[in-house]
Amino acid sequence: MSTLVIEGLRARVGGQDILKGVDLSMASGEVHAVMGPNGSGKSTLAYVLAGHPNFEVLGGSVRLDDLELLDLPAWERAQAGLFLAMQYPTEVPGVALRDLLRVSVSTSNDASEIEAAMRQEAKRIGFGEKFLERSLNVDLSGGEMKRNETLQLGVLRPRFAIIDEIDSGLDFDALRMVSARVEAATKEHNMGALVITHYSRVFEQLKPDTVHVFYGGRIQQTGGADLAQELEDTGYRRWSNENG
Amino acid sequence: MADFSTDAARALAGPVWLSDRRAYAAAEFASMPPPDATDEEWRYSAIQEFDLSEFALLSDVRGAEATPSGMGDNVLGDAGAVIRTANGRISSIEVDDELAAAGVYVGPLAASGQGSAQLGAVSADATDYFTVLNDAFAVEPLLIHVPAGVVLRKPIVVTHHLSGNRGAAFPRLVVHVGADAQAEVLDYHTSAQGSLLACPVTELDVASAGRLSYLNVQQLGTETWQFSSHLARAERDASLTASTAAFGGGYARTRSDVRLVGRGANCDLLALYFGDGNQGLDFRTYQDHVAPDTTSNLLYKGVVSDAARSIYTGLIRVRPEARGTNAFQTNRNLKLGDKAWVESVPNLEIENNDVRCSHASAVGPVDTEQQFYLESRGVRSSEAERLIVAGFLEEVLESLPVAAVRETLRHQIDAKLSQHVEHVEHVELDELVENTELGGG
Repeated sequence: MSTLVIEGLRARVGGQDILKGVDLSMASGEVHAVMGPNGSGKSTLAYVLAGHPNFEVLGGSVRLDDLELLDLPAWERAQAGLFLAMQYPTEVPGVALRDLLRVSVSTSNDASEIEAAMRQEAKRIGFGEKFLERSLNVDLSGGEMKRNETLQLGVLRPRFAIIDEIDSGLDFDALRMVSARVEAATKEHNMGALVITHYSRVFEQLKPDTVHVFYGGRIQQTGGADLAQELEDTGYRRWSNENG
Repeated sequence: MADFSTDAARALAGPVWLSDRRAYAAAEFASMPPPDATDEEWRYSAIQEFDLSEFALLSDVRGAEATPSGMGDNVLGDAGAVIRTANGRISSIEVDDELAAAGVYVGPLAASGQGSAQLGAVSADATDYFTVLNDAFAVEPLLIHVPAGVVLRKPIVVTHHLSGNRGAAFPRLVVHVGADAQAEVLDYHTSAQGSLLACPVTELDVASAGRLSYLNVQQLGTETWQFSSHLARAERDASLTASTAAFGGGYARTRSDVRLVGRGANCDLLALYFGDGNQGLDFRTYQDHVAPDTTSNLLYKGVVSDAARSIYTGLIRVRPEARGTNAFQTNRNLKLGDKAWVESVPNLEIENNDVRCSHASAVGPVDTEQQFYLESRGVRSSEAERLIVAGFLEEVLESLPVAAVRETLRHQIDAKLSQHVEHVEHVELDELVENTELGGG
């Protein structure tokens, strides 16, 4: 059992304050949804948690159990058990998924084990094996990119995964497969999932235990799964008025 | 010490026509002013530090390795013919019976019936200080001739190795591919440590509808000066790949000229290079569209680390008659560290309106987003950089001819990256120690 605890997280990019004191706490096996309109800073939250160097952290803390993640470079956060599934994964020409996974998993794992895990994961989410050889995210469709991210999640088995807008660019079948795989990871190895989205359709497969409303750089309200439905009906106007 | 005189050129062994040719070139050379850094074509180069008089023509093959180290055994195993030279002289020739039976010639140019007609057939229109020097002092020019209609399935491999302090060698290779013939040639250059001078000239001559894929690999010692010229001519509907992989040399200049003289000819120019330490890698390209409906496509990708320098300057020229030309030129560079230095200068000179031309160049560090993407999956920073750099070069590598040598090239890239990573980690460690000391004080 692990916990991910975010307290008073403040960050800026390009001279603009985006995160203005985020508090969020979650445990292994839980699914937390962070919902907010476009431009509210949701993706910034994802990048700051994962340790992107272009974002300047102004204050606060992010602890994975006893470990302060804000002190660590991105790769050490990942090795500590944090994973970011990106909304727009970066193209890395000439580097295949296989090359990446061979060095991203601890070197004690042997190549054949990783190979087997990759093939198994590809099968689970209906991802062609040809993609294992192709350059990362180069000439992939939106759906293929999300499957690519999900496959990595399956092989790397993180303790907590931040899933940023997994529903964008996905058709219905692909969304169902990918969100079912994330849901399964929360059961099979007790992964915690922080699901960032502005639509609730992802929740058909991936049921949130907790829903956070994110607006104006902080969490405005926290509730159960029914809060997602309420947002679907009424939108974010209420918070926009409060912040306006 | 140096004797690059007419008498010295005439004294080299060979038939009368070759001796006359050498003497003529040596006399011409004597009248040429040495290149100067103020000349546009020598801009950014290290020519002002070069002194020809420090070198003497290598004449001794004793002790010279016949096979360059580092080349995978599979490359030679896969070859249809292998010529090895040491210090500019042939040390061995092996040719498959199949090639010989098809009339393919692989050997000393002077001993072939058609040598006098083929030597200089391409280079005559592209002479400069160092090609003329090569004309005068190429001790044993080589010829690969593939007769019309002959299609070779296996590559022909030529290796050159130089050793001996203050020695100079002028390897000369002429490749002639007949009409509708097809060949693949690997030209592999190595040298020992110590101050050496290599001035190779390669002539690539592709007849109508002929197909030639040429790869030059340069893995010279880090104190060797290289002034290399690859000069090509493509006739009607001919297809040529002229490619280079450059890793070695102290200052290593490679000039690649392609003239598309027959309608419908096309050429791919490819290069990958990786300089580190204090190396200087200098590339000058010329895509000369003489005939209509010709195509040339250039992609040069390079990496420099430490205090290394790289230079790319290229010119696309479209002559007035060359309507329907397609000509493209792309040079991309990764700069690892603040001390590395890159210059990239693409140029166009277009004298016909019915053309499609483009050029692009880029110089920059490893992309932050790519680095973050890999790191966010738990790949340590140095390893992420290594993957990105190798991936960057892979685009060219997987397009190079002579597939059997790609693994060798990957190892060379990997070796350079390992040195870079070790170097960076040492620096980081030193900084850490310094900080600790400061902190402790």
